[in-house]
Amino acid sequence: MNAIEFILAGMLAAATPFLLAALGELVVERAGVLNLGVEGLMALGAVLAFIVVYQGGGHFLGFVAAGLGSAALSLIFAFVTLGFRANQVAAGLAIGILGQGLSALFGKSYESLTVKALPRLAVPGLSDLPVVGGLFVQDIVVWISLVATLAIWAMFAYSKLGLVLRAVGENPKAAHAIGYSVITVRVLAIAFGGAMAGFAGAYAAVIYTPLWADGMIAGRGWIAIALVVFGTWLTGRIFLGACLFGAVSLMGLAAQATGLDVPSQLLSSLPYLVTIIVLGIISADRRLLKLNGVASLGEPFER
Amino acid sequence: MNAPLLSLRGISKSYGQIHANQAIDLDVAAQSIHAILGENGAGKSTLMKLIYGVEQPDEGTVVWQGQPLRLASPAEARRKGIGMVFQHFSLFETLTVLENIRLVVPGRKAELAQRIKTLGQEFGLEVDPLAHVHALSVGERQRVEIIRCLMTNPKLLILDEPTSVLPPQLVEKLFDTLRRLRDGGVSILLISHKLEEIRAICDQATILRSGRVTGDVDPREHDTHDLARMMIGRDMPAPISALPQSGGEKRLEIIGLDHKPDDPFAVSLSGITLEVRAGEILGIAGISGNGQSELAALISGETVLGRDQRDRIYMMGSDVGRLDAAARRQRGFAFVPEDRLGRGAVPEMSLVLNGLLTAHPLGLLRHGLVDRKRAMAFTRDCIRQYDVRTPGPDAEAGTLSGGNLQKFIVGREIMLSPKLLFVAQPTWGVDIGAASAVRSRLVALRNEGMAILVISEELEELFELCDAIQVLHHGTLSPRLVTRDTKPEEIGRYMIGAQSLTGEEHA
Repeated sequence: MNAIEFILAGMLAAATPFLLAALGELVVERAGVLNLGVEGLMALGAVLAFIVVYQGGGHFLGFVAAGLGSAALSLIFAFVTLGFRANQVAAGLAIGILGQGLSALFGKSYESLTVKALPRLAVPGLSDLPVVGGLFVQDIVVWISLVATLAIWAMFAYSKLGLVLRAVGENPKAAHAIGYSVITVRVLAIAFGGAMAGFAGAYAAVIYTPLWADGMIAGRGWIAIALVVFGTWLTGRIFLGACLFGAVSLMGLAAQATGLDVPSQLLSSLPYLVTIIVLGIISADRRLLKLNGVASLGEPFER
Repeated sequence: MNAPLLSLRGISKSYGQIHANQAIDLDVAAQSIHAILGENGAGKSTLMKLIYGVEQPDEGTVVWQGQPLRLASPAEARRKGIGMVFQHFSLFETLTVLENIRLVVPGRKAELAQRIKTLGQEFGLEVDPLAHVHALSVGERQRVEIIRCLMTNPKLLILDEPTSVLPPQLVEKLFDTLRRLRDGGVSILLISHKLEEIRAICDQATILRSGRVTGDVDPREHDTHDLARMMIGRDMPAPISALPQSGGEKRLEIIGLDHKPDDPFAVSLSGITLEVRAGEILGIAGISGNGQSELAALISGETVLGRDQRDRIYMMGSDVGRLDAAARRQRGFAFVPEDRLGRGAVPEMSLVLNGLLTAHPLGLLRHGLVDRKRAMAFTRDCIRQYDVRTPGPDAEAGTLSGGNLQKFIVGREIMLSPKLLFVAQPTWGVDIGAASAVRSRLVALRNEGMAILVISEELEELFELCDAIQVLHHGTLSPRLVTRDTKPEEIGRYMIGAQSLTGEEHA
C-alpha cells in the first residue's frame, strides 16, 4: 500500500471527529451563538462512550451516552449565555475546561485500557477499485456522518428549519418581532451542537483510536471550530475542510511509513499550521466573510 | 355607527420614572385609515408596541372586535389579525424576498411566489420574489414588509412612519395602496408626524403629546396649523429666511470621485462632483442607502482615498483625499455625523469629555494635559448658547434626549468656528422645537459666511435650509439644482432615478 492509498483509505475516518463536531458548531453559529467549549464537550463525550463500551454496553449505547452527556453540558453553557447573557467567549472557554476536567476525572481508572472498534463495511464493487478502493471501506459511523452532512446541507438549503436558524442568527430582533422565540431556537441549536461534539468525541475514543488516554482529543475541538470559519459557514466547504485535515493528520504516519526523514514533531503539528494559514487566507477576503458570515454571532440577545 | 374594530380605554405604560403613555383612549373604526400623530417622544411607538403585543400595558383595557384582548406576543397579535410594518424593517438581508415571507407564512414555495405576485398586482406592490433583500431599494423593502403582513390576512395594519423613507412619488403610490387596502376591508393605523400627509389620506387622527391624547379629530376639517398646535402645544416656529448672497470662495470641492468600498453591502460611488462655497448651504437629498454614509465617510476623512486617487477632494483649496479626519479638522473642517451616540459622542462619557474630543484645539489643553477649568468653561458655554437641557457639564452624554444631545454636538462643532461645516441628518429624531433651533442656527452661520454641507432625508428640511440641492441615487449625484427654481417633485424624480443624470445645468 503506498502513501496515497493509505491516506485515501484513512482520510474519512480521520476526518469524522472533525466533521461531526464542526457540523454541530455550524448549527450553533448559524443561530448566532459562538460556543468555544467544543474541545471539552468532545472530551466528555469521549470518556462517557469509552466507559459504556468498556463496561459492555456496546457502541450504540456508548454514542447515546456521549450525545446526552455532552448535550447536557452544553445546556449549562446555554443557561449562562442565554439566561444570564454572560459573555459567550468566556462561558465557552469555561465549559470547555470543565468538560476536559470531567473527562480526566471519569477516565482516571481507564487509562491505557482498550475496547474493540467496529468492523468496516465495504461497498461491493467500488471497494475493489485500484487506488481509491480504500475510500469505500468504512465503518458504519463514517457512513452515517456522510448522510448527516447531506442532511444538514439540505436543511440549510431547503427547509424552513434552516431558514429559521439563519434568520435568528442574522437578525434576532427581527426574528423576535415576527414571532420566533430566539431563545428557544438557540437553546436547541446549542444542545444539538453539544450532542454532535459528544458523538465526535465518542468516535475518536471508541472507534478511531479505541484506547483511553487522558487528553486524547488533542485539539481536535479547536480545529472543528476553525473549520466552521474555514468553510465560511457552508456545509460543503466544511466537509472538504474536514477531509483536508483528516488527510493532513495522516501525512505524519504516511511519511514515517515511506521512511521520509522529517521530524515527527513537525509532521504532527501540520494540521495546526494548515489551520493558521488557511484562516489567514480566508480572513483576508472580507467580502466572503461578510456575505456568508453570521451577523449576530457572539452577541447576546436582548429584546 | 358600527362598533369599532379596536378600542383602547385608559391605557397607561411607564418605564421607571417615564410615563410613556397615560390614560390613552383610542377607537379605530372598521375600514378606516386612522392616524396617530405626535412628535418624537410623544409616545406613539410605545402605544403601537402595546397594540402589537411587543409590550404589555400597565393599566387599561383593549377591546378587539368586541372581545377583550390581552396579547402576550407579536405572534399572538398576528393570529388575531393585527399586522405591523416597522419603521426599521424587520427583514433578513441575506435571505430572498420569498424566504423572508416563508418565515411568517406557511405554504409551498411556488404557491407563495404566486401569491406574492398576485398581491403585488392587486395593491401596487410589485417586487421580485427571488431577489435578495440586501439588493432591494428602501421602497421595495417596504413593499416586501407590507406584502408579508398582508399574506396573513390582517384586519388591522399598523404602519410606523412609512413615508419617512420614500420620495414624494412613491408616497403617492403608497397612499394609493393604503386606500385600496381600506376599500378591501383592512383598517390602517398610520403613525406619522407629517401633517400634510395625514390630511391627505386619513379619515381620523388621534394626536398625542407627552404620552397623553390631546386631540381626536377628522384631519380634513382642520388645517395644518390647528393640528400642529395640538401636536406641539404651541404655534409652529416660523422659519428664518436666508439672505440672498452670491457665493464666496470654494471651501469644498469634489471632482469626479469614484469609490468602491470593501464592504459588499455598501454602495459604490461614481463620478461624484460637487462644490460648496463660503456663505452657502448645499443639501444632499436622497433616500437613505443610496451612498450617503459612504459619501459622508469620504468627506469626513473616516475613509481615506487610495494612493492612485489624486485631486479628487479639495478643502479650502488643497487636496485632502489622502488626509485622515484629524488633519482635515486642522484645516478648518467640522463634522456632525448622523449617529449621535457612537460617532458624534461617546455615550458613557460626560459632556465635558465629549466636548474635549473635538474642541481640544481651543486651548483646552496645557502641555498636552487637560485644562479642566477651561474645558468646564467651554462646555458650560456650549450648554448655555445652544440651550441644551441637561443637569450640567458632568452629565453623561447618553442620558440626554436625542434633541438635546444633537444641540450639544452641533454647538460644539460650531464653536470651533470652522470654515466648512458638514452636518449629516441635522434633525433626525429631534423634536420640532430643537429642530427649528438647529436649522435657524445653520442659516445664521451661512449668513455670516460659513460653507455648509447638509445630508438629509427630509425634503422639507432641505428646501427650508439650502441654496442648492443635489440628489444622491445609486451612488451617483444629480446636477446642482438651485432650490428656489426647483419643485419637490423634480427632486423626487431624481430620488427614484426617473430623471436621467445628464442635466444641462451641470456647470
